[in-house]
Amino acid sequence: MVVPFVYAFNILNLYFFMFRIMVLLILKTKFERERTMDGIIDIKDLCFRYSQENEKLDLSHVDLHVNEGEWLAVIGHNGSGKSTLAKAIDGLIEPESGEIFVDGQKLTEESLWNIRKKIGMVFQNPDNQFVGADVEGDVAFGLENQGIEREEMHIRVKEALQVVNMQDFAKHEPVRLSGGQKQRVAIAGVLALRPKIVIFDESTSMLDPEGRMQIISLIKQMNREEGFTVISITHDIDEASLADRVVVVDDGKIMGDSLPEELFQKGNELIDLGLDVPYPQRLKFELNKRGIQTPSEYMDEGSMVNWLSRSILKN
Amino acid sequence: MDKMLLGRYINGESLIHHLDPRGKLFLSFYFIVIVFLCNNWETYVLMAAMVMLFVKLSDISLGFFIKGVRPLIWLILFTVLLQIFFSSGGQVFWHFGPFTITDQGLINGVFVFCRFVLIIFMSTLLTLTTTPIEISDGLESLLKPLTKIKVPVYEIALMLSIALRFVPTLMDETTKIMNAQRARGVNFGEGNLLKQIKSVIPLLIPLFVSSFNRAEDLATAMEARGYHGGEGRTKYREQEWRKNDTLAVILFIALTGALIFLRN
Ligand SMILES: Nc1ncnc2c1ncn2[C@@H]1O[C@H](COP(=O)(O)OP(=O)(O)OP(=O)(O)O)[C@@H](O)[C@H]1O
Ligand SMILES: [Mg+2]
Repeated sequence: MVVPFVYAFNILNLYFFMFRIMVLLILKTKFERERTMDGIIDIKDLCFRYSQENEKLDLSHVDLHVNEGEWLAVIGHNGSGKSTLAKAIDGLIEPESGEIFVDGQKLTEESLWNIRKKIGMVFQNPDNQFVGADVEGDVAFGLENQGIEREEMHIRVKEALQVVNMQDFAKHEPVRLSGGQKQRVAIAGVLALRPKIVIFDESTSMLDPEGRMQIISLIKQMNREEGFTVISITHDIDEASLADRVVVVDDGKIMGDSLPEELFQKGNELIDLGLDVPYPQRLKFELNKRGIQTPSEYMDEGSMVNWLSRSILKN
Repeated sequence: MDKMLLGRYINGESLIHHLDPRGKLFLSFYFIVIVFLCNNWETYVLMAAMVMLFVKLSDISLGFFIKGVRPLIWLILFTVLLQIFFSSGGQVFWHFGPFTITDQGLINGVFVFCRFVLIIFMSTLLTLTTTPIEISDGLESLLKPLTKIKVPVYEIALMLSIALRFVPTLMDETTKIMNAQRARGVNFGEGNLLKQIKSVIPLLIPLFVSSFNRAEDLATAMEARGYHGGEGRTKYREQEWRKNDTLAVILFIALTGALIFLRN
């Protein structure tokens, strides 16, 4: 009895969903124009709030400099403003004040589309960024938007799918893919556009451990071997530890800027900073607290077990 | 819902599968129009022969087509009965109050039944041999002239294809949330209607909220990938008009001629 009712609702919901996307696409952001700056990304005194009624700024006087070829990790609590910062860089939201320079060009209404070509974004939810009907259609979506010739598109789609090792799935629909595979398709979509900067907004957080490790090693390959500037927003300590530099965001402000090694000395404070600290790491902090010396580098479960066994043998 | 909305595509390599979706869409609509030219046995037999030929060419078993008729069987029977009981003319077999059964009425009933079946077979043929995305692409090209009068054809086609892509995702989610509510002791399908509707409300709200968030995420992702309207966009998927498509059109023109010749 209720099942047809649920179906009917679902159909209505689908219509609403389509309508909503349409409205969202019609609303566009606006910017004003100015000169250039050095560094691949330069943010100067950026302020933003989602609605005028908000008393607090959602981004408050943010200054950030990102070097070309760098891997920058951004960490922070839920709701601290990490995603908002990423959206501001890509011109997806309109700042209240301050300026953003990307690859020497100020972000303005005129430069917006040009700047977006230089930035690729991979988001958190694998399902909510899959636009195409199948894998190759999704990878091609960004290329279609740029008006690239069909032949060139076919070449780029094939190449990009090879990089993420999804070439055998070109004709698969999203229902037949795992979360990790969908994220790889999203990355291929970004690669096909050949941007300079790739922003990963918690792209590994909805994946199982295996999918997560695959994506992290793919990010590493993109940064180390293919020279992309990477900004990865994450709660994942493995991901953050691979970065060149870690920035901590709290309450819409940049609270810290350090090397990953320095950061991981902080022990249990890391949890307060919004990182998911894995068990071996926590155990290490507890041992340190009790005056037991542990190796200073980051340890995963395997190396922790090894170290523990060795220390027991020593005593 | 998948099936209700779009029928179901069956993978195949047949002649019909490989026809251009634009041609297939147009000819399917055209077929529905010319079915109404039929008004005697000869014309119906001709049309039925055509449809059987297409079914044969599609390499899909007849069973799938018959299944397509089933959901509409009550509507068909109702219309057929209306025809039988309310037609006048010819020899009267039976008469009661406003109802009369005449030989003309019986014949009309059979014709209406045939008309329904022909139309359903033809649209089933379209959905069985054409992927939803091809249909949406085909519609877009067919409706392109409407952009001249400011109809957002491109956007509509894109929304349609996104909606199609999200149907299974939303269905999965419904099942998930239903199970989550069941785990909390909600009983779907028990008690009177009011009770049942009440039990569904906690299901609808999360679904609604989630589709809201999805739409927002999706719009952001599309914009981040450079989507800024249909203008200046190229197409990845190719639609290719081949010899067979032209042949199909010629066949339909010949069919129309034959119908006009055969009908009274
Ligand atoms: N679309 C929106 N409209 C209004 N407020 C929003 C919107 N998106 C985020 N916010 C608010 O802005 C603040 C920062 O959110 P943001 O999404 O940037 O956090 P985050 O650091 O990415 O968190 P998470 O780790 O959960 O992804 C939060 O207080 C949030 O409630
Ligand atoms: Mg976020």
